[in-house]
Amino acid sequence: MSVPHALLALLSQGPKYGLQLREEFESGTGEVWPLNVGQVYKTLGRLERDGLAESDDTSQDGPQKRFRITAEGRQALADWLRTPPDLTSPPRDELVMKILVAARVPGTDAHEVIQVHRLYLLELMQQWTRLKEGEARDDLSLALVVDAELFRLDAVIRWLDAADVRLARAAAEPPRPASTPGPAPRLRRLGARR
Amino acid sequence: MSRPEPGEHAATVLEFRRVSKTYGQAPTVVRALAEVDLSVRAGEMVAVMGPSGSGKSTLLTIAGSLEEPTGGEVLVCGLPLADMPRWRRARLRRRVIGYVFQDFNLLPGLTAAENVALPLELDGVAVPKARTAALSALEALGVAGRAAWFPDQLSGGERQRVAIARAVVGDRRLLLADEPSGALDSVNAGEVMRLLHEACQRGVAAVVVTHDAQLAAWADRIVLLRDGRMTGQTTRPPGPESLLLPRETR
Repeated sequence: MSVPHALLALLSQGPKYGLQLREEFESGTGEVWPLNVGQVYKTLGRLERDGLAESDDTSQDGPQKRFRITAEGRQALADWLRTPPDLTSPPRDELVMKILVAARVPGTDAHEVIQVHRLYLLELMQQWTRLKEGEARDDLSLALVVDAELFRLDAVIRWLDAADVRLARAAAEPPRPASTPGPAPRLRRLGARR
Repeated sequence: MSRPEPGEHAATVLEFRRVSKTYGQAPTVVRALAEVDLSVRAGEMVAVMGPSGSGKSTLLTIAGSLEEPTGGEVLVCGLPLADMPRWRRARLRRRVIGYVFQDFNLLPGLTAAENVALPLELDGVAVPKARTAALSALEALGVAGRAAWFPDQLSGGERQRVAIARAVVGDRRLLLADEPSGALDSVNAGEVMRLLHEACQRGVAAVVVTHDAQLAAWADRIVLLRDGRMTGQTTRPPGPESLLLPRETR
């Protein structure tokens, strides 16, 4: 989550005070992303320094200060919205690591490890769904955040299902003859993100 | 009927005791279910998940007394199905069990209200009384305004609401659903699950078979099947509060 751009987005609706920005940030993200006041003022200071936002009165600091977006800030926000996030390299995913390790550690039943994670993720999805059923019903921001989380968890469960099948198939198949010489393909920048 | 609080005693509506089902004869026996134990209480929604061929649909057809197990015992509302003569089982299917199918299965020549009233009329309920019950079921599902419409005049979401109304009309205690959201998009599919969950909150017990984790997550409990065996189930997860910021910081 880019806090500077989220604050610019709020300022694009009109001038606002720091505390107001913090409240609107949290309600706008379905109250699932905490943001402390210090972080808000630090970020506003940076936005001001970079000419993306300006304040009413530069002589006063703290909650009395009201901020507004500049033309450069509007342009930076528009550019950010249309810039795809870096999804080209796989993230260093702890769960992927655990399953890769489980498949290699002697005496470990990788299917049982997968099942433990599958059940945990399903329970997490049940929790998010309860939120969707209750508080998110009349809160569009929260509903969008909950949907995103459910799709993400769903994708992880599907990956676990696929891993389960692949591991079972690999165990049933006879080992393949040694592959052609040469280095195995390696993923670019594995673990570079997060 | 009201939904009991967690921990409060609720009547068991469906119970599987070491239920097995095999098809064919040696040496080509196919084991569809193997010693499955499952009980579903009034007000509870249980989702059954598993890969293709895991026994999900067999479990549902046995629960609906459409097939008989080759081992174990099935009880509906405390009554063992095996002890019932055929006519009593048929009556149980009409009065106690409601079905929701993947493709809705509404009769095209009947209006929404007539479709919903039909199971009651087939069970000998007088037409005006069946119609009143049908209208109240349609009302509960938010489609009372479509009572006089024919299925082909309804949207996919409305058709499935009518199908759910038909499944819960009267005093049904057990709802059995096989991939109930059919080919609906994810938002409408979620809406179908919300309606089924609301039906459970009014006291119905439901078993929903699905391969979709997002739909299964609407259930109070998720049971996993693999090769006919129950391989695990979720425990009651904590409430959603833990996902939100603490109140004092909001």
